[in-house]
Amino acid sequence: MNFDLSKKTLSEVNSYLQHIDLKSNQRDFVIKNPLGNHALCAGLQDEIKVTIKGHVGYYCAGMNKNAEVTIEGNVGTGVAENMMSGLVHVKGNASQSAGATGHGGTLIIDGDASSRCGISMKGINIIVKGSVGHMSAFMAQSGNLVILGDADEYLGDSIYEAKI
Amino acid sequence: MCGIVGIYLKNKKYNKQLGKLLTGMMNNMASRGPDSAGFAVYNKSSKFKYTVCLQTNFDLKDLKKILKSKLTNTKYKLVADHVVIETSTKPEKTIPILKSIQGIDLVGYGKSIEIFKQVGNPKDVVKKFSLDKFSGSHAIGHTRMATESAITTDGSHPYSTGEDECLVHNGSLSNHNNLRRSLIKNGSEFKSLNDTEVAAGYISNSLKNKISLKETLMNGLKDLDGFYTFITGTQKGFAVLRDEIACKPAVIAETKDYVAIASEFQAMAHLPDVNKADIYEPKPGIVYSWGS
Repeated sequence: MNFDLSKKTLSEVNSYLQHIDLKSNQRDFVIKNPLGNHALCAGLQDEIKVTIKGHVGYYCAGMNKNAEVTIEGNVGTGVAENMMSGLVHVKGNASQSAGATGHGGTLIIDGDASSRCGISMKGINIIVKGSVGHMSAFMAQSGNLVILGDADEYLGDSIYEAKI
Repeated sequence: MCGIVGIYLKNKKYNKQLGKLLTGMMNNMASRGPDSAGFAVYNKSSKFKYTVCLQTNFDLKDLKKILKSKLTNTKYKLVADHVVIETSTKPEKTIPILKSIQGIDLVGYGKSIEIFKQVGNPKDVVKKFSLDKFSGSHAIGHTRMATESAITTDGSHPYSTGEDECLVHNGSLSNHNNLRRSLIKNGSEFKSLNDTEVAAGYISNSLKNKISLKETLMNGLKDLDGFYTFITGTQKGFAVLRDEIACKPAVIAETKDYVAIASEFQAMAHLPDVNKADIYEPKPGIVYSWGS
């Protein structure tokens, strides 16, 4: 099923995805023209697959549970923040605070992440194929942060039991 | 909050659409700053241009009457309550004349810059000044959510404190009162109690002392205490700087035709070929500049 954000409003699309009719077999969704909108796919709870074709704004797929969200573009601040479970895959770069305070699930970023990636993470697994900015994994409590590239200053500052 | 936007054209392809592109960017940033808005458009001319804001009870006729005998070769362009005056009289002579006229405020001057700013929702402000009709080489805009000083036109960005210079700012400075006092001692003048005006004055003062823009901004990292993303415009282009903590956002999109910067990607989502652009975040404490 396709959504076009240049034709439908953000709350229409989010509301549909947050209240999936489990009697129907529709589990795959594509969102076109995200146009940098904020909080797209926030609060998803069901086992669905969503592909976003383009760049999105803040808090994309925040608080995610069970869903698999793929972003074919860049994401703004706080992608997958406070994620509980599921998978969020960013094919471009991510802005600040990616995966912040995440409790579970997996966040994969193919490009670079900016500052404060995984700040206060609480069990999420984050894999960044590029580099991360300053203060990443700050006060990280549990979970794993894997960085294939470089890290800026203060990596793992005040860390608890998370692994880098 | 506040929203900042800028666009620099690498070639002439979009010169005529510059204002239209910036209009879209500012409209999309209205949500970050609904109190007031302003923009600076750079369009090179052979003569010096002066943008002045008419106060109520003072109109273009009054202005023309006063300036008729004082300036030579003068042309006037009225844009809402702002007037762009083009004249062949030298700035050393023109500026004191304009400053002495009660009923107008000098907003900025230079060979390229035209500046417009006003209280109100950015969507209304850009419409009022017909920003979509402007052409030029680069432009900078600001949408303000007022924090440390009043919602007035004087408190609106961009601030221009030198020839063809301007500054927009998202953030706030904590040592601006001290810095303002020391700059006033060195001969700078300020119109408001706004923190950004002090940063603009700091930059102009440093450029006046023949320190390059890049070095000026690097020194600013030490001298300006607070949090900020700055875009500073000059005749040839603009530069971007974020403080070292970098809690104020910025994103850059670059194509072969232009470089755009904004507080959020949303501001640039309508730009031509943006989906093919190289999109990245400027790193903290590093000066990025184009054209200058």
